[in-house]
Amino acid sequence: MTRSLVRTGVVLFVLALGLSGSAVAWAAGLDEPGSSVADGGQGSEVEGMKTLVGQLSSEDPAVQQQAVRVLVETGDAATLSRLELVLEEADRATRVAVKPVKALLKNKLNLASDDEAVRRAAAGDLGVSGQRLAAPWLEAAAAKESQYWARYAMEEGAAMLRLADDDPSVRDAAAAKLGELRSQNGLPALKELAQQLSGEASPRESDAPVLAAVSQAIERIEIWSTWAGVFETLFRGVSLSSILLMMSLGLAIVFGLMGVINMAHGELMMVGAYATFMTQELFKAYLPPSMFDAYFLASLPVAFLVAGACGLFLEATVIRFLYGRPLETMLATWGVSLVLIQLARVLFGDLTAVTAPAWLSGGAQVLVGVYLPYNRIFIIGLSIVCVIGIYLTLFRSSLGLRVRAVTQNRNMSACLGIPTRQVDAYTFAFGSGLAGLAGCALTLVGNVEPGLGQNYIVDSFMVVVTGGVGKLAGTIVAALGIGSLNKFLEPSFGAVYGKVFILVLVILFLQRRPSGLFAIKGRHAD
Amino acid sequence: MNSMSETTSEGQPAAERESLLFWLIGLFLLIVLPALNVLPAEESWLHVSDFTLNRFGKFLAFAILALGLDLIWGYTGILSLGQGVFFGIGAYCMGMHLMLTIGSEGVYGSALPDFMVWNQVKELPLFWTPFYSFLAAVGLGVLAPMFCAWLFGLLAFRSRIKGVYFAIITQAVALSAWLVFNRNETNLGGTNGLTDFKQLLGFRLSEPGTQRALYVATVLALGGAYFLCRWIVQSRAGKVLIAVRDSEQRVLFSGYSPSNYKVFVFVVSAGLAGLAGLLYVPQVGIITPAQIGVLPSLEMVIWVAVGGRGTLVGAIIGAVGVNFGRSILTNYFPELWPFFLGGLFIAVVLLFPDGLVGLTRRLKAGPVGTLFKKAKPASEGVQP
Amino acid sequence: MNEKGSIIYLDGVVVDYDGFKALNNLNFIVGYNELRVVIGPNGAGKTTLLDVICGKTKPAQGRVIFGKDVDLVGKREDDITKLGIGRKFQAPSIYSNLTVWENLDLSLKRDSKGVIATLLSTSTAAERERIAKTLDMIGLHEDPHRRAGLLSHGQKQWLEIGMVILQDPALLLVDEPVAGMTDKETEQTGVLLQTLAEKHAVIVIEHDMEFVRQIARTVTVLHEGTVICEGTVDVVQANDRVREIYLGRQKVGH
Repeated sequence: MTRSLVRTGVVLFVLALGLSGSAVAWAAGLDEPGSSVADGGQGSEVEGMKTLVGQLSSEDPAVQQQAVRVLVETGDAATLSRLELVLEEADRATRVAVKPVKALLKNKLNLASDDEAVRRAAAGDLGVSGQRLAAPWLEAAAAKESQYWARYAMEEGAAMLRLADDDPSVRDAAAAKLGELRSQNGLPALKELAQQLSGEASPRESDAPVLAAVSQAIERIEIWSTWAGVFETLFRGVSLSSILLMMSLGLAIVFGLMGVINMAHGELMMVGAYATFMTQELFKAYLPPSMFDAYFLASLPVAFLVAGACGLFLEATVIRFLYGRPLETMLATWGVSLVLIQLARVLFGDLTAVTAPAWLSGGAQVLVGVYLPYNRIFIIGLSIVCVIGIYLTLFRSSLGLRVRAVTQNRNMSACLGIPTRQVDAYTFAFGSGLAGLAGCALTLVGNVEPGLGQNYIVDSFMVVVTGGVGKLAGTIVAALGIGSLNKFLEPSFGAVYGKVFILVLVILFLQRRPSGLFAIKGRHAD
Repeated sequence: MNSMSETTSEGQPAAERESLLFWLIGLFLLIVLPALNVLPAEESWLHVSDFTLNRFGKFLAFAILALGLDLIWGYTGILSLGQGVFFGIGAYCMGMHLMLTIGSEGVYGSALPDFMVWNQVKELPLFWTPFYSFLAAVGLGVLAPMFCAWLFGLLAFRSRIKGVYFAIITQAVALSAWLVFNRNETNLGGTNGLTDFKQLLGFRLSEPGTQRALYVATVLALGGAYFLCRWIVQSRAGKVLIAVRDSEQRVLFSGYSPSNYKVFVFVVSAGLAGLAGLLYVPQVGIITPAQIGVLPSLEMVIWVAVGGRGTLVGAIIGAVGVNFGRSILTNYFPELWPFFLGGLFIAVVLLFPDGLVGLTRRLKAGPVGTLFKKAKPASEGVQP
Repeated sequence: MNEKGSIIYLDGVVVDYDGFKALNNLNFIVGYNELRVVIGPNGAGKTTLLDVICGKTKPAQGRVIFGKDVDLVGKREDDITKLGIGRKFQAPSIYSNLTVWENLDLSLKRDSKGVIATLLSTSTAAERERIAKTLDMIGLHEDPHRRAGLLSHGQKQWLEIGMVILQDPALLLVDEPVAGMTDKETEQTGVLLQTLAEKHAVIVIEHDMEFVRQIARTVTVLHEGTVICEGTVDVVQANDRVREIYLGRQKVGH
């Protein structure tokens, strides 16, 4: 009775296979009970392989099962290549039948690969393949695995496959394991199982503990993913903050020293971005491809120097004549920014992009569900380096001493023989150079376009205003605050209303501290 | 405050001279220009085309805004980079009214504005309903910007946000407003704004006669705005405004509350900007967020700077002059306009800080050689 | 002390600039119609003292009692001005783009200095007369319609004093009025201040000891934010502590 049912099923199934080539349906019949493990017949020749492949589309399920067993249980790299050979001359129905077997075999072999990423990918594939026979392989591989994330993927995959096991206690254990792993990939399967179990009209008694285990696992995973989400938002916030910080540092130093807001600061960033782009093009054109990845390191000083030189020129031709007139400086520098944007558009066209070097693409998995891209980490690191660099320049160099002196009391400094105009010029150039560095960093996360500077510039003005003048710490705190707030508000408010909300917050904040976080008090306050 | 400026300027502009010039210009704009549009034959060289008249109507609407901006920046020394927002509120008020008067003439034949049909909005949002009434639209177009300015001014000036800080905050407001107006869910037409207007108070907007009437209305509104501003600046309160620019501390210690005066002048300037927006929309036929954002707000400042801040006639001349130049340049050399505008920003600040009006005064005062010698404005508003 | 009581009374005032105590538990009292000179080395807190009285700086601790029982702490500057306290700043602070006349006209005491009232107000004959009188007093009657920015440094100082006088304050705070003046101007300023002291209480901060001798009846010496000594010029100059901290380091009379 059972036998004939199975036979009918297999016939139907083979028909379906021939018609639609549905691999999943075929795979469901893979480990039918009742067939014994093959004890031989493994062909060392292609002919033997052909026979096996022929058996794969056999009408007899026993024959079919055995062929599969033989192929995947005992197969090795040689089997795989022979399979390829056979496939070349096979008909469509056979190809479709062999395909999942081939994938299964390939992933099985890949579990032993030398490349950690390949092992991980194979484990991931097997986990979602639904092939229950793969579970023991994964467990065996996991036991030998030394790399954390590969082992994680193997355990996760095995547990996901075990979740479909017929034995309730195995399912129970698998659910618990998934919960323990905080498996994001296992969540859909768990949810489906939970729905299926609780949806049954007359639940079997043995299902109750499984259902409990599944619900518990779902809860653990969901709590974890909430925290992982918070962590990732925090990271994105810090990443945005570091971009804002890099842009604001130059602005803030110049504002502190000269009381000038340079509206062309964003365009100096654009200059830095185009300097990076040009460096890349030069590397492409004149240096061997093996050197290409070094272009980005070379472009950092280039961007700094080019933007700094632009700043020096800007100071000498425009800013110099407008000291003590901050509002008019804003207008004039805005004019400069218009000219620079149009110049870039005429010279470079509307849109170009920089190819991130290989060592900055990709990212690192630090926790389950938390993946940090290298380029963002690099920008955070660069901004920290910038802060340290500025700190050293301001507090450990003679230029820094002069800058601080002029910031505090311009007239007295002039009386003491400090060439204040020169200090202004160098500081402005330094601030512009920082903008160039920021522009260089921005190429990692976006396109290089003439309007590049406009995207974040109002935000960085807000950072400077909120941070107040005279103290680096104010700028850092304000950048962190505004950047993180931006990212935390985005999910619930949307990017636009988040921005509006931050503006309102800044205005309310300035109610209490009209000159920013760290205002200089005392007799120099006015 | 600074020793350089003391020798250059000859003090406040003589009121009489200014108004004489104004009467001449006013006569020309109010009577001569429309007459030249109607009377001479179209092929006559004297003929002013409908297009030209309409374009001047737009410029004069801008001039109303420039007057308000001059009050706050030229006289009081506060740089607002958010005037475009007030202009936008006024313009959208009129735009909404015009959208509703389209009725079922729209592409989709619905009583709702086309963009709502397109966005699958089924019912008219509640805040649109007052704009069925022309008077409500006009009233709100002036009062809503004033209310916003009052609220914002109260927050900003009470806490003594000033100078660069104020400029930056207003710029951020302009950016935010632009972002919000761009959104579809605010039901203001999104990026495409409001357009395809058909009629105003039953008159077809496509008729030259309607446009001529709008032009005359604009000239009259500009005249009214001018007299309002002149009354303010010649009153004692007007002197307080200049005093705030020169020494806010002294104003404070003379018993005035500078923040109240700043709020006042900010509110007036916002009202004028709203009025300008009201008059602009039916003449131009479209209002989009692109006309009210950060860049337009900055351009408005340049109108005043070019004309000559601290003089009312200067603001008008600047608004008309820069926009006239713009319409010619963007027509013939679209690529060059940003260079020209940027150059204008730099030149006006560095070379002729008192604008065209200051330039003519200096030309009268001495030989051309002294023209660029003292590039410091008499009306410098910032304390270092 | 005057029998009418004090016009200004600072009680335990502390002003803290990021840990630096500009005023440290300061007690200071001035009577009606008194001309008080405050001296002290740089950083003694002299200007901060005036800032606290006129509301420019908020003290961290202490009370500032004006007249009988008005506590000035927490009040806005313009309100304190309206109560009758006038302040003349160290650097001349006038409206350089307005005429001398307009400068004085704006400073004149009026019932309301609100926006609407000022917008609608017109000058009365009595007001014009007061301005003219003040012009005479400060020696600027010759060209009242000159732009104030064109005045000399000394004239600007006087103009500012004139502006403060027109506010009709009960208490006048004057910060280094003769800095940068010629000897003749200094002397005239001294006479002007003494005339004012007949009707108003005046607190003057001064460095110039010769000038202090000319005008002072009572001198208060500040050091590190507290009062060291108070008395006539002779008493103060004889005080050992004062000699040590102030006169020892800074020669008398330049």
